[in-house]
Amino acid sequence: MAITREDVLHVARLARLEIPEGEVDRVREELGAILEAVGKVAELDLSDVEPTSHPLAVVNVWAEDDPRPSLSPEDALANAPDPVDGAFRVPAVGT
Amino acid sequence: MIDTLRLTAEEAARLLETGEVSGDELRGAYVEAIGARDPELHAYLHVVGEAGDGVPIALKDNITTRGIPTTAGSKILEGYVPVFDSTVAWRVKDARLPLIGKTNLDEFAMGSSTENSAYGPSHNPWDLERVPGGSSGGTAAAVAGGLAPWGLGSDTGGSIKQPASLCGLVGLRPTYGTVSRYGIVAFASSLDQVGPITKTVRDCARLYATISGRDPCDSTTVELPEPVEIPEAEVLNGLRIGIPRELNEAEGIEPGVKEAVSQAIALSEELGAEVGECRLPRSVDFGLACYYLVAPAEASSNLARYDGVRYGYRAAGDGDLTALYSRTRWEGFGPEPRRRILIGTYALSAGYYDAFYGQAQKVRTVIAQEHATAFEDYDLLLSPTSPTVAFKIGEKAENPLAMYLSDLLTIPANMAGLPGLSIPCGLSEGLPVGLQILGSQFSENLMFRAGHALERALDFDYVPERLR
Repeated sequence: MAITREDVLHVARLARLEIPEGEVDRVREELGAILEAVGKVAELDLSDVEPTSHPLAVVNVWAEDDPRPSLSPEDALANAPDPVDGAFRVPAVGT
Repeated sequence: MIDTLRLTAEEAARLLETGEVSGDELRGAYVEAIGARDPELHAYLHVVGEAGDGVPIALKDNITTRGIPTTAGSKILEGYVPVFDSTVAWRVKDARLPLIGKTNLDEFAMGSSTENSAYGPSHNPWDLERVPGGSSGGTAAAVAGGLAPWGLGSDTGGSIKQPASLCGLVGLRPTYGTVSRYGIVAFASSLDQVGPITKTVRDCARLYATISGRDPCDSTTVELPEPVEIPEAEVLNGLRIGIPRELNEAEGIEPGVKEAVSQAIALSEELGAEVGECRLPRSVDFGLACYYLVAPAEASSNLARYDGVRYGYRAAGDGDLTALYSRTRWEGFGPEPRRRILIGTYALSAGYYDAFYGQAQKVRTVIAQEHATAFEDYDLLLSPTSPTVAFKIGEKAENPLAMYLSDLLTIPANMAGLPGLSIPCGLSEGLPVGLQILGSQFSENLMFRAGHALERALDFDYVPERLR
């Protein structure tokens, strides 16, 4: 299935994946081949079939609204790449 | 002298109980075995060697363990040390099973060989030049290689059943919802299940009993309708066994695999089962395509959390927040997660959702219905677990589509949420062949019963020939 460079870059942007310029064509070919294979699902006429999103028929699993301890601030920051003043520091959101 | 290659969990428990062996001696035996053989097997990513008086266990490294590194086989989680235990790790701890270590896997459980691990592949104890299967290949290599008496893996498209098959072991992919996914590094939430990889069916049943059951922390779990039974009977009288033509005659099944499975089917008849053919007309034909749309779509959502902000790898360099995300994720993820995230995102994107993901969801219904129809006439279904025996390292690594075919026979039942047990049924060219036993939802006791009876009759020696 042919997908365009624009398709690849669009999907990459949605997925927050920065594909190096030199690799875009390779990725395009790979994705095209896989999409060709999985596109096989289109061969079936399933207009009367309901979709399945969950293999087990559980509905509305409730829990009591009882407050319980959660992660401590120390635990929450334990693996932080750049913790500052009890927060996660990141670059500014761009324009 | 403890023979860790031959020792089952059941036997280890007996030795500990009678006092013939101490917890310390047992621990020492595994640590020594790891020193001797893990350099060539690379089953473990992190060895803990926890002291204790229960039967030691290995856990796949996508199972969160508090205070112990958990990488999911990825560079994006290198150095990540969880601050909480997964429910499964907690239940293992509660059963007093000391942790030997965390085992290797294909990155984010995406793969069928461990060649997608960012930390290098594991090797099959039966032939070091071959893969142990995947994604739970590290656990399988550890158990088959005498580096653990039993272990836990996870299965999304076949990642417990297939490595068990390739390494001559027993592997259970449980009914969806019977084992908690809380703290399991998520890949595809409607498919992921943790399960045992063991040397015997009885060990498998025992470990399943330990980890299964409803968990308030995972709302997709349910209570088991009946307690787990450790199998005893060695006959199959009264069992109706179906042989789905499409699973057993799919293109790509090696002759040696077909032969070993045919013999196992004939044996089941001798043991008293009623055997007949059944059909799964579209499940095998469309199963792979269905899975490789649904699973990547769910993965694209689950892997969105890896953004370099709160934990894990963060890319260096200048740029705004979006650049941080995009560079971190491209650099931190390996080729297979990148592929699957892109496929999944595409399948869910506006304009393509109905044709790809929406359609795949409907195919899933068809697959579930076809299996339900088969189970009207039969109690269990049999097929090969994997189309091939263990392939050579590097043989399929460059060709994603070829690698995906490894899951051809395990995927259909998974899409329907059905459990499956793989037991070794023979050798082909000196390498193990696995028999896949499929059941309807919550039929684990029936699968254990059949698996145990067949195991006793087959008398397969699970110690790799080169290590005897």
